[in-house]
Amino acid sequence: MYYIDPHIHMLSRTTDDYEALARMDCVAVSEPAFWPGLDRQNSESFYDYFRHLTEFEPARAAKYGIQHYSWLCVNAKEAENLSLSREVLSFLPEFLNRGNVLGIGEIGLNKNTRNEAIVFMEHKELAIRHDQLILIHTPHLADKLRGTRMILDMLCDDQRIRRERVLVDHAEEHTIRPALDAGFWVGMTLYPTTKCTPQRAADLAERYGTDRLMVNSAGDWGPSRPVAVRDFIFEMRRRRHSESTIRRIVYDNPVQFFSQSPAFQAPIATEDGPA
Amino acid sequence: MPALTGPLTAEEVLDREFLEIRAKILEVAAALDRLDRASGSVAADERRRQIDAAIAILHTSDPDRSERVQRQFSLPYLEHWREQFQIDTRRERQA
Repeated sequence: MYYIDPHIHMLSRTTDDYEALARMDCVAVSEPAFWPGLDRQNSESFYDYFRHLTEFEPARAAKYGIQHYSWLCVNAKEAENLSLSREVLSFLPEFLNRGNVLGIGEIGLNKNTRNEAIVFMEHKELAIRHDQLILIHTPHLADKLRGTRMILDMLCDDQRIRRERVLVDHAEEHTIRPALDAGFWVGMTLYPTTKCTPQRAADLAERYGTDRLMVNSAGDWGPSRPVAVRDFIFEMRRRRHSESTIRRIVYDNPVQFFSQSPAFQAPIATEDGPA
Repeated sequence: MPALTGPLTAEEVLDREFLEIRAKILEVAAALDRLDRASGSVAADERRRQIDAAIAILHTSDPDRSERVQRQFSLPYLEHWREQFQIDTRRERQA
C-alpha cells in the first residue's frame, strides 16, 4: 500500500532513511520546520534552514521517487524569543512561493507561555494574510492537554480561520476529541515511548473513525521510527480492517488536506498505488 | 465522526494481547519493586502519587481508561488563561 507521511523531519535523517521510506512505498512526505536541538542565535540560521527545507530536501527525496513538501515557521520552543521570532517572520513570506511549501507550521505551544501564545497569534495572522494552510504542534506530555485547549481557543476565537485548512497534530486520547469536534483535521504521531503507539493510534481510529484523521512518524533526531506509518498499516491489517479503510487514513486523507494548497500535486494513484 | 466497527472479537483480542498485557503489567510491577528497593524515598514525590492514581484507574471498568490515565498525567486547562496573559484572541470575520 502506497502512503504519505504528513509529518517527518528528514533534515535529521540520513539518505538511507529515504531509501527505507521508498522501499516501504512512501510516495510523499511533508516536513514542518521545528527545533533542531538547540536554540538558534540569529535569524540568518532560520534563513538557511528554510533554504534547506525548500531546496536541498526536495532534491534529496526526488532521488528516491518521493515528493517532499515543507512548512515554515519559528517553532514553539524558540518562539519564547519574541525579537528573534519577529525577525524571522519578517522574511518568511519570501519563501512561501517556493514550489514545495504547503503552509505555516508546525506552530503551536511548548510550555504554554505568554510569549509562545503571542508568536502563535502572529503566525496565524501571517497564514491568513497569505492564505496558507496551518500545521499545529501540540505540546509534550503534561503540557499537552492545557496547551492543546489554549491553541484551540486561539483558533476558534478567530472567525477568519477556516478550520478545514488546519491540521492539529500530535493528538492523543485526551486531545483528539476537542480538535475533531471543532472541525479541524487531526494527526497522530507514532513514537516508541511518548505520543501514540501504532496500537493506540489504531484504537483511536476505531473510536473516532477515519474522517479528518492522519498518522505520521514525526521522525526526527530523537527516539523515532521514520517508517512508523508502516507499523500502523500492519496493526490495522492485523485487526482485519479493510485496505480501503487503512488507505483512507494513510493516503487519501493527506491528499485531501494537502490538495487545498496549490503547491501540492497528488501522486497519480490507482487502486494499487501511484502509477 | 462514525466509529469503525472493530472486526476482531473480544476473544480474539484477548488471545492476541494476553501475553503483551501480562508482560506490561510485570514491567510496571518490577519497576515499583525497584523503586521500593532503592535507597531513599519518593513517597512525597508528586510523580509517585500520579503513578498510584493512574494504576487505580485501571481497576475501573470505564471505557475511557486510557483518556483518564492521560488526564492523570496532565496539567489542568486554565479557563482564564487569556485574562492571565492579557491577550485578546478574538478576531472578527473579514468583510
